[in-house]
Amino acid sequence: MTAATATENRYRRILHSIHIPPVYFFLILVFFAGGSLDQILADGQIFSNPAIMLNIVVRSVALGIIAVGQSLVIIGASIDLSVAYTISITAVMSSYIMQGDTANVPMAIVSVFAIGAAIGLVNGVTITKFKVNPFIATLGTSLIIKGIINATFSNYTGSVPKSFEFFGYGTIGSLPVSIIILLIIVAAGWFLLARTKFGAHLYGVGGNAEVARLSGVRTDRVLIGAHVICSMTAVLAGLFLVSQMRSGAPWVGPNGVYDLNSIATTVIGGIALSGGKGGVWSTLGGVLIFGVLETVFNQLGVNPYLKTVLQGIIIVLAVASYTIRSKKEAA
Amino acid sequence: MTTTTVSSPKEFSKALWKIWTWIKKIPPVYPVFFIIFITLGILNPTKYQSMNGIMTFLRTASPLAVIAIGEMLVLASGGFDLSVGAIVTLVVLVSSKLLANDPANAYPAILTMLGIGSLIGLGNGLVVSYLKVPSFIATLGMMLLVRGGALYYVGGAPQGYLTDNWRAFGRNYIENIPLFGRVPNALIILIVIAVFSYIIFNRTNFGKQILAIGDNVRASQLSGVRVRLVRVITFIICSILAIIGGVMIGGYGGVNVTIGEGLEMQAIAAGVVGGVLLSGGKGSVPNAIFGAFTLQAIVNLLNLLGLPKPYTDAVQGLIIIGAVAYVGLTSQRKK
Repeated sequence: MTAATATENRYRRILHSIHIPPVYFFLILVFFAGGSLDQILADGQIFSNPAIMLNIVVRSVALGIIAVGQSLVIIGASIDLSVAYTISITAVMSSYIMQGDTANVPMAIVSVFAIGAAIGLVNGVTITKFKVNPFIATLGTSLIIKGIINATFSNYTGSVPKSFEFFGYGTIGSLPVSIIILLIIVAAGWFLLARTKFGAHLYGVGGNAEVARLSGVRTDRVLIGAHVICSMTAVLAGLFLVSQMRSGAPWVGPNGVYDLNSIATTVIGGIALSGGKGGVWSTLGGVLIFGVLETVFNQLGVNPYLKTVLQGIIIVLAVASYTIRSKKEAA
Repeated sequence: MTTTTVSSPKEFSKALWKIWTWIKKIPPVYPVFFIIFITLGILNPTKYQSMNGIMTFLRTASPLAVIAIGEMLVLASGGFDLSVGAIVTLVVLVSSKLLANDPANAYPAILTMLGIGSLIGLGNGLVVSYLKVPSFIATLGMMLLVRGGALYYVGGAPQGYLTDNWRAFGRNYIENIPLFGRVPNALIILIVIAVFSYIIFNRTNFGKQILAIGDNVRASQLSGVRVRLVRVITFIICSILAIIGGVMIGGYGGVNVTIGEGLEMQAIAAGVVGGVLLSGGKGSVPNAIFGAFTLQAIVNLLNLLGLPKPYTDAVQGLIIIGAVAYVGLTSQRKK
């Protein structure tokens, strides 16, 4: 009797410790609603074809990787609007340096990561040391990068060697490499936030920077670190996209609206833009919602412009589904 | 005799000090604008030192200034409006279809657009106030909705052209005005809007309430401000001003699918260069207007220097960061 209740208690405790972010319920809702619509109006592939299920995740990889970086920055009560053009410069530069030759791959990867680190550093320093509002600071860097790449490259430049396409198209067993990378990045983001000093400090800075500073956290360094990591995730996403496209073009980032979409997925996941709260698993849920929607729209053959309209409505409703209960006024 | 000789330098230095404190109070946007504009005048005297050239400059700068006023109001209330760029695209695309190439449709089309604009603002305001969605996300969703809706309505490409009487607001001049020569319609619209919004913002309770909300929502709520109502009206004003700005931009720019792209960022930047705090609670109509003029002057300067368009973006980015860093660092020193 006592043993039974003890095990029962243990199960209950384990169940309690697995805290599923509410966004996943929304994800399941969207998935079944979309799948049912597909069943009724189209060929019903979403429920019956596992390849499409997998495709939902593959579609989300680039956005998912950036969203992890964006989550870190937003938890620190900052924002990064430069990720889209960081992706573009990565795509263009890596493909330009590689020129279709495997020997150039390490060189290309090192240089784009160096560029990414520099962008993140500039963002972080402008925000912390020059006290520029993060919105304006990263918008400014984004304009600067945009200017530089549009002045240098106008179209597809260089190409990616066959070996590098493994990143975008390869599979290990039956699982695409890209999904594994996404999971590793999300897990790394989770580890960083939940299990390291840096993560704890980041929550502190996002919650109340002044209090964090007075309790001995080097707030500036923490925020600069978050920005560098965010730019690095953008670089990784850019590498992934260029390996899929086989050649880099300057419009990759802005065309995917990765800046605003990564912020939107983060917020849909439940991270407040005011910072100090949230985690990367919930962001992954937001990203997957985007993936599901994209797939459903494709399956149903929705007009692309109507798709934009629906996307706008769904983003707002998803966020509204938790903000509506809040007692505080939004701004 | 002795008293006058001692006191006059003292008074003189006192007066100087007074002037200096007065100069220090001038927002940095004015000296920045005039330095850039004078540089323009030195580099191209025929274009920027004639009344005609100045009026042409004001014609191109006025639409952004109108949009920046609306954006400034929303920023001062502590929110964002990212939908203004999409609204401009909507005005131009939907008007091109509503006009059906018939000048008689111009005024009904503009009235329809103003109606749609107030609905968009109402939507933004209601979503922020009642669904409590942060305005960044609410207006981002609205941006997607408006842009997608406009493109869906016209089928992805402009339908027809904008008639001349529709375009007159942004393109034409009133000729033969003494002293000024000719004055662009756009400038007159800007002045009328600026005066009205200055009165609303600085001389009415509503204006004070916008600032109060931006400064501290809870405190203003407790002192009886109807936060939701004020916020909804602010968003409606912003959207209507974006519609008016769109009519002016369409006037000189013509039909183009990407005409409004990035305008929301420019409007925010204009407000920020004009000293608006993005966290709310601070703002000024004339400063926002001159913020917009400064951005336009920078673009003209870079064009004049022969920099290709992409570099213009880059330098604009640098200058925006620089302006905000300057404001941030100086205000920090005061603390």
